[in-house]
Amino acid sequence: MDRSKEDALIARDPEITWEDEESLALDNYNGAKALLDVLDQEGVELIFGYPGGSLLALYDALLDSSIRHILPRHEQSAVHAADAYARVSGKVGVCLATSGPGAANMVTGIANAYMDSIPLVILTGQVSTHLLGTDSFQEVDITGITMPITKHSYLVKDARDIPRIVKEAFYIASTGRPGPVLIDLPKNIMAAEVTEPYSSKVTLKSYKFFTKGNSGQISEAAKALAQSKKPIVYTGGGVITSGAGKILQEVLQKANLPVVTTLMGIGSVPSKHPNHLGMVGMHGTITANLAVDECDLLIAIGVRFDDRVTSGLKHRFATKAKVIHIDIDPAEIGKVIRAHIPIVGDAKLVLEEFVAKINPPVIQDWWKELRNWQMEYPLSYEQDGHLNPQTILEAMGKISGEEAVVVTDVGQHQMWAAQFCPINQERHFITSAGLGTMGFGLPAAIGAQFAKPESLVFLVTGDGSLQMSIHELATAVQYHLPIKIVLMNNGVLGMVRQMQKMLFNERFSQIQLDANPDFVKLADAYGIKGRRVEQADQVEDALKEAVATPGPFLLDFTISPDEVVLPFVPAGQGITEILEGKE
Amino acid sequence: MLHTLAVMVENDPGVLARVSSLFSRRGYNIYSLTVCQTENPDLSMMTIVVEGDSQVIEQVTKQLHKLVVVHKVTNLSQESVVNRELALIRVKVKSDTRLEVLQTVDIFRGRVVDMGKNNLTIELTGDEEKIDAFVRTMRTYGILELVRTGKIAIARSDN
Repeated sequence: MDRSKEDALIARDPEITWEDEESLALDNYNGAKALLDVLDQEGVELIFGYPGGSLLALYDALLDSSIRHILPRHEQSAVHAADAYARVSGKVGVCLATSGPGAANMVTGIANAYMDSIPLVILTGQVSTHLLGTDSFQEVDITGITMPITKHSYLVKDARDIPRIVKEAFYIASTGRPGPVLIDLPKNIMAAEVTEPYSSKVTLKSYKFFTKGNSGQISEAAKALAQSKKPIVYTGGGVITSGAGKILQEVLQKANLPVVTTLMGIGSVPSKHPNHLGMVGMHGTITANLAVDECDLLIAIGVRFDDRVTSGLKHRFATKAKVIHIDIDPAEIGKVIRAHIPIVGDAKLVLEEFVAKINPPVIQDWWKELRNWQMEYPLSYEQDGHLNPQTILEAMGKISGEEAVVVTDVGQHQMWAAQFCPINQERHFITSAGLGTMGFGLPAAIGAQFAKPESLVFLVTGDGSLQMSIHELATAVQYHLPIKIVLMNNGVLGMVRQMQKMLFNERFSQIQLDANPDFVKLADAYGIKGRRVEQADQVEDALKEAVATPGPFLLDFTISPDEVVLPFVPAGQGITEILEGKE
Repeated sequence: MLHTLAVMVENDPGVLARVSSLFSRRGYNIYSLTVCQTENPDLSMMTIVVEGDSQVIEQVTKQLHKLVVVHKVTNLSQESVVNRELALIRVKVKSDTRLEVLQTVDIFRGRVVDMGKNNLTIELTGDEEKIDAFVRTMRTYGILELVRTGKIAIARSDN
């Protein structure tokens, strides 16, 4: 009997249950097996997933596959873990969830990866094709829901298309400006017998991207640099994606250029690099912000002029500067800020051509100005012996060494980490930047540890963020992941509280987390060792204990709810209107 | 200013949703949109009339190009083009206005395609201005129903 007749029969006859349907083609080579084979060909070693009714054939086939499956405790965590795995390893992350609620739970994770341009292939179960559009059990239109937050998506309607679609998905996800690609897999397609797969050749006539920059434009850029008196380099996640860190350092060295990075750009230039002025934007260093405001040439590489950098005020951002904008996505150029010299291409290839053409400008006076600002406005905090977040992060930086990966959640602790954690390598600072997803941290630390099993992985988190993904402590235990959790526990939603304090006259609204658990006891319940730290003089010892203890470890640092992230440029204000806010 | 974009897309289900959702989420205003098959059954042509300054149109074009299903985007506003729209208009007529309406249809080179006791249905093709002008004229008699296809356009050949 052919498949369509079979499906029609199942749809009509209430006596035939899903169990019969499931067992139809299990012994044969079916869609699920074809899927796992092509994932294997693509070099996939790990899938983060969560099973369900529509994926029974696939989970059955997984038992005989060499691909390792990791089971987090929530589908959103599966996406965050795959996302961080991709960020750390540079490979495409793969995650999987069942139809309906499983797929819908992934939405935030997908949006997170899309905002930060992370290559993911997301596999979702779907109801059988004959049930599509009938509001059947656990059915949602996930390709429709995720249309604005995926680079592309597929709904597979013929099992023989699986090899081609999967190869296309990996190609699209990982090339050009990377991003998440979703493949929706109806249940009957997974179970359908595949006798003669279609060609697995990728034929994407309409998909193109440019990697090599226009040589004329690159020469123009070099000319502009030679004439510049106050140049500055502004780097973002695109530099890391393209692996341009090394060539970027050559550029910086050859012309002795000052550099600032975005949150996504942390690691694109080593923190310890003498030309590094710090992060730019809302919680960036005063020097970085003044430098961008004063510069006469802004060399923007792999950045998108996010409103957390420009303060949402394009007419007040780098107004004195000529802008060179290097990006692989042509749509980013001119989207927010007019680029005088646009260069569409891969950052690494463009910089390789650019470095040869550099004629270093004379910028001693500019450096003098920058160094004065650095002296005048260092990142500082009160060092009066109380336990403050900056002390913890600086101690962590000393203990962690060069190889450690720092993963953050979202909130005040994230900004402190961005300011105070020394990050000297690409792909060693993992954070939810564009979307600002609380709850990203713990599943991301899990993904990061899988990408680098031998490395020390620190999770810097807050009590608000951690509780959005706290169930993943079980995953860390199940897979013996020695993640060291640095919890900044202030009993409040600190970032919101800070904004209410500084911008809304201390009218605090819904920021109190009064019924927090005892996190050390909670960790203990999961089988994780922990320690509460309330004194500054215990910080170093506690961190050392965490690192020396095998397995995961939770450090519960009690910090004051009055700690604030400074400097602070409120949204909608010029970046020179910085609140230093020394109290 | 209105711009006419000819967008060559894959002839697949969901393509219209991808394009229209791009316009809505980025806040671009669609003035009219038509979709039709081309001589290549794998491809469809969307003619989208969109409102915006040159910077907006540049962004629209670049964002459209990012969709994997989009093959080609041509801004027909910059070229010498032939524009056409088709309208079907049902107009109220009485015995004393019937002849007047028929004469007007003739002047506009329309055709009567259906006739009722007290109405005429007229087919008219032409550019937007011509159809607007005809519709204005017909309002004096009373328009019962009006449907318009939206604009389709093609660039004039070079030779």
